[in-house]
Amino acid sequence: MTTTARPRRRSRAGFVPDRLLGPIGIAAFALLLEVLPRSGAVSPDDLPPFSAIVRALADEAGGGAFWGALLDTLRGWGYGLAIALAAGLGLGLLIGSVPFLREATASTIEFLRPIPSVALVPLAVLLYGTRLGSTLMLVVYAATWPILLQAVHGVQDVDPVARETAASFRFSRWARLRHVVWPTALPYLLTGVRLAASVALILAVAGELIIGAPGLGSEIALAQASNAVADMYALILVTGALGVGVNLLTRALERRVLAWHTSIRTEVPA
Amino acid sequence: MTALLDVCGLRKTYQAADRTVEAVRDLTFGIGDGELACIVGPSGAGKTTLLKCVAGLLAPSGGEVVLEGRPVHGPPENMAVVFQEYGRSLFPWMTVEQNIELPLKQKKVAKRRRGELVAEALESVGLADAGGAYPWQLSGGMQQRVAIARAVAYEPSVLLMDEPFAAVDAQTRAELEDLTRELWQRLGMTVLFVTHDIEEAVYLGQRVLVLSAAPTVIMEDAVIDLPAEREQLATRSDPRFAELRAHIYSLVQQAKTYHDGAEPRS
Amino acid sequence: MRTAPHVRTALHGAGRLAYLLALPAILLVLWWVLTAQSTSFYFPPLRTILSAFGKTWFSDRLMDDVLPSVLRLAAGYVGAVVLGVAIGVLIGSNRRIRLLAEPVLEFLRAVPPPVLIPVLMLFTGIGDTMKITVIVAGSLWPVLLNTAEGVRAIDDVLADTARSYGLTGAARLRRLVLPSASPQIVTGMRQALSISIILMVISEMFASSSGLGYTIVQFQRGFAVPEMWSGILLLGLLGFLLSLLFGRFEARVLRWHRGWRQAQKGES
Repeated sequence: MTTTARPRRRSRAGFVPDRLLGPIGIAAFALLLEVLPRSGAVSPDDLPPFSAIVRALADEAGGGAFWGALLDTLRGWGYGLAIALAAGLGLGLLIGSVPFLREATASTIEFLRPIPSVALVPLAVLLYGTRLGSTLMLVVYAATWPILLQAVHGVQDVDPVARETAASFRFSRWARLRHVVWPTALPYLLTGVRLAASVALILAVAGELIIGAPGLGSEIALAQASNAVADMYALILVTGALGVGVNLLTRALERRVLAWHTSIRTEVPA
Repeated sequence: MTALLDVCGLRKTYQAADRTVEAVRDLTFGIGDGELACIVGPSGAGKTTLLKCVAGLLAPSGGEVVLEGRPVHGPPENMAVVFQEYGRSLFPWMTVEQNIELPLKQKKVAKRRRGELVAEALESVGLADAGGAYPWQLSGGMQQRVAIARAVAYEPSVLLMDEPFAAVDAQTRAELEDLTRELWQRLGMTVLFVTHDIEEAVYLGQRVLVLSAAPTVIMEDAVIDLPAEREQLATRSDPRFAELRAHIYSLVQQAKTYHDGAEPRS
Repeated sequence: MRTAPHVRTALHGAGRLAYLLALPAILLVLWWVLTAQSTSFYFPPLRTILSAFGKTWFSDRLMDDVLPSVLRLAAGYVGAVVLGVAIGVLIGSNRRIRLLAEPVLEFLRAVPPPVLIPVLMLFTGIGDTMKITVIVAGSLWPVLLNTAEGVRAIDDVLADTARSYGLTGAARLRRLVLPSASPQIVTGMRQALSISIILMVISEMFASSSGLGYTIVQFQRGFAVPEMWSGILLLGLLGFLLSLLFGRFEARVLRWHRGWRQAQKGES
């Protein structure tokens, strides 16, 4: 009998374990950033070697200006997101649960939502100059839409049978909101928060970069203007890390809340 | 008998992270040209593994599959497969006609001939009017008819069917069984029909191969000596049908405990 | 009392139209009335803004500023979609490449795209190349990651079906991979579109001598407030128009998907 076993796939898989592939990818990327400028393929004036960027980052971390800027960016992001959450949630739940409002606002929302929030930059500058308000204006405008739309969808998605069940048991308005509408809308809302959180960061940094409101964005603009290229890359790495942090945070939140959510739901079947 | 399809010493093991699962141990059988053979076995008997190896979708760990004298290493051109999950085997972004036509395009069939084949195939499964619809606009039974039409239009010498009617209701199922017999008799293809339903196997087949639980071997190769003309009511009430069914049933019962081992998944 | 069907349809249509237009009309009237007597420097009367709109944009600026902006946007967006789908297909179809690239992609995606502007200025100056590259580099990620996800999630029965009917290579890509991943690809494209517009505007605001973003900032710096407002209005219209076009495109490409989803919902 021919026994042509084919261990091809397995032996290759055995060569590098799967869980090492990610770290290898990161290392390769860092190495690329080191080698490109050193070999002269890219001018070190345009892209300093990775080690120089790391050194610049360490220097930045030693000074107070960096931490102040980081805090400013986080503040613009956090406040903006909080306002957007309050506004988006309130309006979204209201519009979603009243059919008349839903139909009456649909076209207006469709028109306002795609307006790029950076169009507000000049207005923000006129109104707030380089103060936090400028950043907030952009962040709030951009971050409210995802939350609002997801809230509207979430409320609409409530199972009509569940709605009628609640009505037949004479649930109070509050109990209906708490036990029927909220659990259905929650996953949608969390998606909205996840989208809003990353959009908020983009707009916070964009506002700082363009308008000059204090924060990492304006530090990047400053580093660029003073030709401190390594510092600029170091700050960009930080914004990237911030972005990764925001993503991880919102995903963890989603997992946590939704795990609770599904367990609650399976405990009370119908 | 010269076999059109030969399965010799087929073996398939899966490598899990910590252990080796032996799904198919040693299978040898042949299917003659123009035969309709059914394969039955208890759930977890590696029926799907066997079928995927025959279809060239899965590389066997040992042994080989030979179709018309040529060993199967990838999906052969003269073979068509009808899967159980009709909803997942039709391309939802294509109309019924496009679904049937696509494999023909791959086979480089000329445009005119493609049109004829598609129309004939739809006609033969009783869906002549459904060509412009999307699969998801049709009922489950109709979707499976489309999948059969696609296979028929491909003009394969072997048609493999993997529990094709397991997910449709009883009425539809009976209709589809008769459709399968009718197409087989009319087009003279070879059909290998995998099912877990003993009655279905006896009703449809000229032969029934009974598989053991995994690791799979063939327990019996039973000839179904029922008349060639079969009819749902008459055939199923034939005493010979009852005998055969009882015989295969007892074999399948034995099959479950044929090996004393853990039951791996199919 | 019975109403003739065509009258009912007409009434129904009128009702829908009312819903569609009522709130926008009310808002516009409010804006008009509330600012009509406005002497506020920052909030000029809507009448003034609208008359500035015509004078400002239906002029040489249409060809000198608006058109180049839109062309850069189009070039960058198309580039991002093509590149994102290509890399996404590659990453989505190979498990080990995906594992290798995933953490790096997660990082690159998380970098707020606007910071790419100063970086790309180093490499390509402040010309069209910079702006188009910024749009490509910033809008690429949603398309790439969504495509990879969509390609990874191709149904295995469908993939087996395709294989057994000899669908390989380019035909497999065209007939199976891309259509099957199209819902996710389109989602990524929608996200990429709004990022593209943002990047078009701020790349021009940050460093440029022409374009929509540049012009609007110039108005603001020169305290030409009605003109500035008309620019904001124009950007809004542009965003709305592109979103409308995209909606058309989406409805066309994903017509099958909507029906398929509904059919599945009905079954379960």
